[in-house]
Amino acid sequence: MAERPGIERLLELFAEGKVAAAARLITILENGGEDAERVLDSVFHKTGDAYRIGFTGPPGAGKSSLLNRLTGRFREKDHRIGIIAVDPTSPFTGGAFLGDRIRMQAHSEDPEVFVRSLASRGSLGGISNCTDEVIDLMDAFGKDMVLIETVGVGQSELEIAEKAHTVVVVLVPESGDGIQAMKAGLMEIGDVFVMNKADHEDAESAAREIQDTLRLKDIPAGEWEPRVILTSAREDTGIGELVEAIEEHRRYLEAGGHFAGIRRKILRSRVRNALMDRMERRLRQSAGVRDLLEQRMESVYKGEISPYKVVRELEELVSIQ
Amino acid sequence: MARKVRVLIAKPGLDGHDRGAKVVANALKDAGMEIIYTGLHQTPEMIAESAVQEDVDIVGLSILSGAHMTMFPRIMELMKEKGAEHILIFGGGIIPAEDMDKLEEIGVARIFGPGTDTGDIVTFIRERFPEE
Repeated sequence: MAERPGIERLLELFAEGKVAAAARLITILENGGEDAERVLDSVFHKTGDAYRIGFTGPPGAGKSSLLNRLTGRFREKDHRIGIIAVDPTSPFTGGAFLGDRIRMQAHSEDPEVFVRSLASRGSLGGISNCTDEVIDLMDAFGKDMVLIETVGVGQSELEIAEKAHTVVVVLVPESGDGIQAMKAGLMEIGDVFVMNKADHEDAESAAREIQDTLRLKDIPAGEWEPRVILTSAREDTGIGELVEAIEEHRRYLEAGGHFAGIRRKILRSRVRNALMDRMERRLRQSAGVRDLLEQRMESVYKGEISPYKVVRELEELVSIQ
Repeated sequence: MARKVRVLIAKPGLDGHDRGAKVVANALKDAGMEIIYTGLHQTPEMIAESAVQEDVDIVGLSILSGAHMTMFPRIMELMKEKGAEHILIFGGGIIPAEDMDKLEEIGVARIFGPGTDTGDIVTFIRERFPEE
């Protein structure tokens, strides 16, 4: 087997635009740890320009096929596309079957389209924990548009809303009965709603139902009103309208100064999450914390002191600042 | 997060039978690996590009059409051009014994014939890529 290049060399090859190096760096980001941080430290200054579009919705709604069509339209407009397609990891075996590429074949020989399949690896939010980092890498690699496809979601896997500039919720006529139930989740995060499989006889009434549900929401004047678009990824209809709706939402964000705000929000939450992870790990590894817990838990078991008393003692022990 | 073995399972060429490929993909998934499956009718260019973008450790080709003597070398050559000569390749399908030897000579890691126990394929990959 050929010797694999180290991180420094990979970063050089990455800067030269080598796809194999970018792909390897994504694997390093996925696996986390010190190497991942080193990669991020060195590419981060090249990020911040990519427009991020999230695609979410129930399994089988046609998200991959729709992305395949959309990618064609965006390529006509000379966008360089990164696609992140997330599929679930089995909680039982840790394995994953990543099949989104099957429906994204139209661009598999186009060097300006970089598709990466990610397994969710235990994350419950509908995307992978390293999604932000992989977006960064694609951004630094020169992709000006990153499309993120979540796992097929139900009501509560809404993390994509915190990662994307525009969220596209893809539904099908069969989702109709569920729309009521989704009011509290999926229906709140979409900037654009797609009723895919528009050739289905119930498609128009299902689209109307979404429109009605959206109207119940009180949207202040001047704020974005979610669009509802009928498409058929199979028949290639409605895709132009979808592109227009996405671009319109982008113009709205840019004109209203929301664009910078979203980036700031994303970065703040990343710093917060990374800090929490780091602190948690340090607490778990701290011998002092472990010893104190060991000592005091017996008193908690006996009912002599409350769990909160132990926590106060621990807080004194690790006091930050 | 520990590293995971990533495997691309691909069906090059014109034959439309992917049951074998899916059985293998499923067995590897159940063994805890991440399987990227790209569907039917793949060209060598598509397979090599997918393998590179997905940064897989190993590619498994299922070939029943008789085109194995052109497919394997072509895909290996393309992966090399793309700077991914470290990616291993194995195969399965209807491949005559003398061709199996020739393929292994040019660097195909292993050819599995019909009736192979999927457990053997899992072991074959695990031995080469122990999870850390």
